[in-house]
Amino acid sequence: MRAEPAAAGGSLSDVECARAPAKDLDEESAGWLRRLGADGGERLAAERELHARLVRIALAEVRRRSARTPVTGQELEDVAYQSAADAMLAILAKLGDFRGESRFTTWAYRFVILEVSSKLGRHYWRNPPVALDAGQWERLPDRLGIDPERHAESAGILAEVRRVVDEELTSHQRRIFVAIVVDGIPLDALAAELGLRRNAIYKVIFDARRKIRRALVANGYLEEPGWEQR
Amino acid sequence: MNDLGRLERFLRTDPRDVGCDEAMAILHVYVDLAAAGEDAAGRYPGVTAHLLACGPCGEDFAGLLLAVARG
Repeated sequence: MRAEPAAAGGSLSDVECARAPAKDLDEESAGWLRRLGADGGERLAAERELHARLVRIALAEVRRRSARTPVTGQELEDVAYQSAADAMLAILAKLGDFRGESRFTTWAYRFVILEVSSKLGRHYWRNPPVALDAGQWERLPDRLGIDPERHAESAGILAEVRRVVDEELTSHQRRIFVAIVVDGIPLDALAAELGLRRNAIYKVIFDARRKIRRALVANGYLEEPGWEQR
Repeated sequence: MNDLGRLERFLRTDPRDVGCDEAMAILHVYVDLAAAGEDAAGRYPGVTAHLLACGPCGEDFAGLLLAVARG
């Protein structure tokens, strides 16, 4: 019997070993901690330098993601500056949590990257290209990269996917699957709209993928195994 | 790979997948290993499985790796 995925509550041992007590810090990380913990001008200078880095990273990150978000122009830049500001506050509030498992800057930059993701998800709904619960099943072949000339060949398996979604998923699972997979709503945008964590949405999709695959295998559309050893 | 390959790949789940919360909790550790050319995937196979399957977490990984590379 296979182990259950950690997404479903399984072992996280490979993660927890990363949370060991702090090791000796590298010189640069120790310097950041010392300067950010100092008084007066030294601390202000360090905060200014860190904030400038966060702004630069946030601007680069929103530009990198610009093709995959409906957020554009000044609003995109605003997202970057807001992300840098919020990340800065979080970093300063959580300095005591830094345990030296990575370089300080990598730990700090993670905050701003995650802020960009979260804010782009929320801003998606200011000008959404597709509404929640649109249920655009006719677009599923395109989303799956199926050649239009071969739609007829794929009709059987896609009909089975829809049957499983309609008949075997719970209403909560069905709503999330349709939003993410059928309508192509970004996961972070759906999480923001439904007030759920990213992991909660992912878990629903993970379980739905397994359920649909099992049905497709049982009905002869796909062959086992469903998981390849890497 | 036939036309349904993408669907088949999408439906395939990896039992090592640790999920978003755990992957993001150590993203900085994973990225530092990857940036240093060390075997992040070998050390954290469950995180690797997740980053390959989860678009948003994969984006965050790519973004943080780029940020670190740019200094």
